[in-house]
Amino acid sequence: MGFGDLELLTLQQYWWFIVSLLGGLFVFIMFVQGGQTLIDTLSENETEKTMLINSIGRKWELGFTTLVLFGGALFAAFPLFYSTSFGGAYWVWLAILFCFIIQAVSYEYRTKPNNFLGQKIYESFLKINGSLGVFLLGVAISTFFSGAEFHLNDNNFVLWDNSLRGLEALANPYNYLLGFALVFLTKISGALYFLNNIDYQPIRERAVSSIKFNMPIFLIFFVGFTAWLLLKDGYAVDSNSVVVLEHHKYLNNFLEMPVVLGMFIVGVAMVVIAVFVAVVYGFTCCIRTAGVGTVVTVTAILLNVGYNNTAYYPSLTDLQSSLTIMNSSGSHYTLMAMSYASLMVPFVLAYIAYAWYSMDRVKITKEEIEAPDAHNY
Amino acid sequence: MEEHLVDWSRAQFALTAIYHFLFVPLTLGLGFIVAIMETIYVKTGSQEWKKITQFWMTLFAINFAIGVATGLIMEFEFGTNWANYSWFVGDIFGAPLAVEGILAFFMESTFFAVMFFGWNKVGKKFHLLSTWLVAIGSNLSALWILVANGWMQYPVGMTFNPDTVRNEMTNFWDVLFSPVAISKFLHTIGSGYVIAALFVVGISAYYLLKKREVSIAKKSMIVGATFGLITSLFLTLSGDESAHQVAQHQPIKLAAMEGLYEGRTEAGIVAVGMLNPKKTLTNEAEPYLFELEAPYALSLLGYHDIDAFVPGLNDLVYGNKERGIMSVEEKMARGKIAVTALEDYKEAKKANNEQKAFEAKQILDQDMKYFGYGHIKAPEDVVPPIGLTFYAFHIMVSLGGWFLVLFSVLLYLSTKKDISRYTLILKSAVLSIPLGYIAAEAGWIVAEVGRQPWAIQDLMPVNIAATQIATTNIQISFWMFAFLFTLLLVAEIKIMLKQIKIGPNGGH
Repeated sequence: MGFGDLELLTLQQYWWFIVSLLGGLFVFIMFVQGGQTLIDTLSENETEKTMLINSIGRKWELGFTTLVLFGGALFAAFPLFYSTSFGGAYWVWLAILFCFIIQAVSYEYRTKPNNFLGQKIYESFLKINGSLGVFLLGVAISTFFSGAEFHLNDNNFVLWDNSLRGLEALANPYNYLLGFALVFLTKISGALYFLNNIDYQPIRERAVSSIKFNMPIFLIFFVGFTAWLLLKDGYAVDSNSVVVLEHHKYLNNFLEMPVVLGMFIVGVAMVVIAVFVAVVYGFTCCIRTAGVGTVVTVTAILLNVGYNNTAYYPSLTDLQSSLTIMNSSGSHYTLMAMSYASLMVPFVLAYIAYAWYSMDRVKITKEEIEAPDAHNY
Repeated sequence: MEEHLVDWSRAQFALTAIYHFLFVPLTLGLGFIVAIMETIYVKTGSQEWKKITQFWMTLFAINFAIGVATGLIMEFEFGTNWANYSWFVGDIFGAPLAVEGILAFFMESTFFAVMFFGWNKVGKKFHLLSTWLVAIGSNLSALWILVANGWMQYPVGMTFNPDTVRNEMTNFWDVLFSPVAISKFLHTIGSGYVIAALFVVGISAYYLLKKREVSIAKKSMIVGATFGLITSLFLTLSGDESAHQVAQHQPIKLAAMEGLYEGRTEAGIVAVGMLNPKKTLTNEAEPYLFELEAPYALSLLGYHDIDAFVPGLNDLVYGNKERGIMSVEEKMARGKIAVTALEDYKEAKKANNEQKAFEAKQILDQDMKYFGYGHIKAPEDVVPPIGLTFYAFHIMVSLGGWFLVLFSVLLYLSTKKDISRYTLILKSAVLSIPLGYIAAEAGWIVAEVGRQPWAIQDLMPVNIAATQIATTNIQISFWMFAFLFTLLLVAEIKIMLKQIKIGPNGGH
């Protein structure tokens, strides 16, 4: 049996799972962004700062690529979301893109001679990308739960009902919960990554201190987000494809999908345990556990909002314009063709893991950074 | 939809595309040149070849980052600026983009880190493989985006679904192996290879003129000139096929490329000429102020037949019964029937009137190929800007010819003579670096301006494709992008020039 034999709904669920997994991977890879916000906190001189920047700088393209693939997969699998959200919430997405453009060049240009803007500016770009970029992404994702102001005409063309074009999401304080939770989560995973990737005791000690500082703040925002999610009304789709408000919809989704709930609990537990072990016992390899935990948690949250007859992009101004994985997806043929392409993903992950392993087998040291023939960021 | 909004959306997309294509071509070609150099290093074990490889690799990296950044913007601009279009074609266009992400981008980004930071961490052969994979990954990513672009020029492999109001893919292979997509891919990557070769020979020539890094420059020159000569020939062949495809599927673009108002057999190409600005479709003024024509060349280029009839703008706009060419007015009438049939279909569906819906669908299917013409206001609106298309085409072709000559001479001199004595040729090589970029941008102008007013040929004009948003938003973001891209371009040029000045022996 091939993908072509699967029902449209099954393919839609398969692709929502892929998109959710990509979302999870993207949040994990944002340890690069979190690390960028720590470069001043964890360093005391230029060499130490260069060690930090080189540690995460060798991974920045992966984050970029995952973002591109996340966008591409949404475009292919759920084109109505792509056109509605990007075309509608114009300013939020442009702001996020701006935060990412400035990251791309900063690593390569920062220490190059005659770099026009100066080293400090490129380092500021990295901090803006790591804080504002991540925060805005969190806010944008939070609108999956809080909704957005749009309606669709009968050609399925989007008409946005708020002139702030997406920035109105900042007026909803609940959206800040996920935004800040992501900012502090990425800081923690950035520090865990440094612990593992840099063989230099002073940086490791400062990384542990930063985790101790950031973890409680992360927990406050994450628990706040989880409580809001579980207690709020959600957007359900009834048997006639009519979107209705349902009391405690997201809590119900977890209860009705125990595997997803299990993923969520296990994922959160892995992050908490990884942090505990790193801080208390001084283990340096906890980024792996925390990383898997992050991927699993975020995937579970996104599965919750997409599965079980839920509108994953609710419209606040016209409930029936809300997007579900059923009404916003590509055709059966496209999803089938894309599904065959997705079989490449394990191979891609395998070579990424191999290349990553080969490169990180030898940890970054002060000597490597100071070597005269080093290609440094 | 507001006309200003569409113009600003087009301007913003053009701005991003132009900047993006200032950086991408060098990545496409230099990746392979660096891989060839590293292969020589691994084969010979020569430390000088390692130094050569690392020098060009550094320049590759400086350029790579902005290409990636502007590429990200382009991907999301399909949604932000052209939301209606995104929905209309997302089922087809999204698939190549996603495959690009899975197959190409990850390869490029994973092995990029190994290529730059793995010299002392992985084995020689794995490092060499990584360098080749970065080059292959870059080119694969160009494949998929150009497949998508090719589809917009010649939409195939899909059917229109009135229930979802969009085109839906029915044959992935038709989309992937469309002749337009293939020729677009080959011609575009070819231009990237030539730009990279010009970059290498130009900088090598600079060192030779300055009498610096002589040995490294001579070796680089041989690699660059050989690569350039082979790829220039390839570019000429793919350009020929590209023009042939344009003649088959976008004849009005071909007519604009040549400023051809009246169709004729045994048509020539204007080798050198200037358009008459007073000429319009309807007046009798001469099309050119002066022209020097290469006889038969247009018939040959477009149809591979020196006697072939090449339709002119008037034939294509007002029709030519003798040649069986339908007028735009008739296409507009049939397009309007299709648009009305779609509305009727939707109404019938809402009213659960299946019989009426069936009839409307039949009418729609009959005239669907003219659907986009239903939104055109006047027949003349389907003519792209003639001046821009004409001059861009001729600049591209002329420069392509120059590059072929230049690489031939450079290769001959660098292998048979002492090239450092030929200062005029060396200066020409240095000055040709920007010419490569001009030729590539001109090529894009031909391809993209030449297909206006269509976002998707015959199916969707740009005024329907744009996001419905207040023009001020696009104006603000246009200037923000213009400022940021310019800032980054200045930074790249300054860093690049400094790095070149430092040279292979002083930089990293």
